[in-house]
Amino acid sequence: MDDLIIAGEKFSSRLIMGTGGAPSLEVLDQALAASGTELTTVAMRRLDPGARGSVLDVLRKRDIKVLPNTAGCFTAGEAVLTARLAREALGTNWVKLEVIADERTLLPDPIETFDAAERLVADGFVVLPYIGDDPALARRLEQAGCAAVMPLGAPIGSGLGIRNPHNIELIVEAAAVPVILDAGIGTASDAALAMELGCDAVLLATAVTRAQRPDLMAAAMKSAVVAGRLARQAGRIPRRRYAEASSPMTP
Amino acid sequence: MNVMINGSAREVADGMTVAQAVRTLTAATTGVAVAVNDEVVMRSAWETTALSDRDRVEVLTAVQGG
Repeated sequence: MDDLIIAGEKFSSRLIMGTGGAPSLEVLDQALAASGTELTTVAMRRLDPGARGSVLDVLRKRDIKVLPNTAGCFTAGEAVLTARLAREALGTNWVKLEVIADERTLLPDPIETFDAAERLVADGFVVLPYIGDDPALARRLEQAGCAAVMPLGAPIGSGLGIRNPHNIELIVEAAAVPVILDAGIGTASDAALAMELGCDAVLLATAVTRAQRPDLMAAAMKSAVVAGRLARQAGRIPRRRYAEASSPMTP
Repeated sequence: MNVMINGSAREVADGMTVAQAVRTLTAATTGVAVAVNDEVVMRSAWETTALSDRDRVEVLTAVQGG
């Protein structure tokens, strides 16, 4: 499979993992290993003096690049501060920008997200914004200097798959930066579909970490992303209303 | 003086530095970042930045998420 390139950095895996939802760091470690991921998100939270072990140790041991997110932020101001704290704590200027509108849907707030993206790009960040499946917003964020766009397939943790494949195709058609399908993936066929639609990568967490066997689902996702990418590059046959014989019709 | 450290009210000695505030929570200096009153304090300035009465100190680290 060809490399994924984000902001000039190469990744041989097109599966980006999240770390939320895993019952333990051991389960997470096994799932990340099985996924083959090279880029994985973490959240920033108040330091808990009683916490045992760190997700950072797991990523460091596996040589996985850390992608801090701004999960939990409701305003551009909160997201910018969280990104700056992540840069200071983790030594990376990459950020998955996530500004949510409300806790019930966890849908991204487009106004706050765009505001934060402009401020973070101006501050030298490599910004990967999580957005709705909105082609117009994706284009505006690319013009604002974002390094990728991350449209959702469905709400975070819902496992509903890709609810509007047509919009994802429209985003892919117009984008010159990588398109990363983020959120909503429930099982391997969803990840394969994202890649078949032309996405450059898939980001998922819950589908693996809350599967009955996370390591097995991680392996399935790895295969699905590869299969979907190859199918996209191969070029699928057109859909037809009626049969087209694949054997000669003459005797 | 009184400060807030990660949302908890604390009575601390006058002139407590950011570094001393961090050490009340952890001995780690990597993987940790600090904001005082919503402004990031760079690690290189922790030892020389003194807190003031009513400062709000946030000490963050990476956790599972996303």
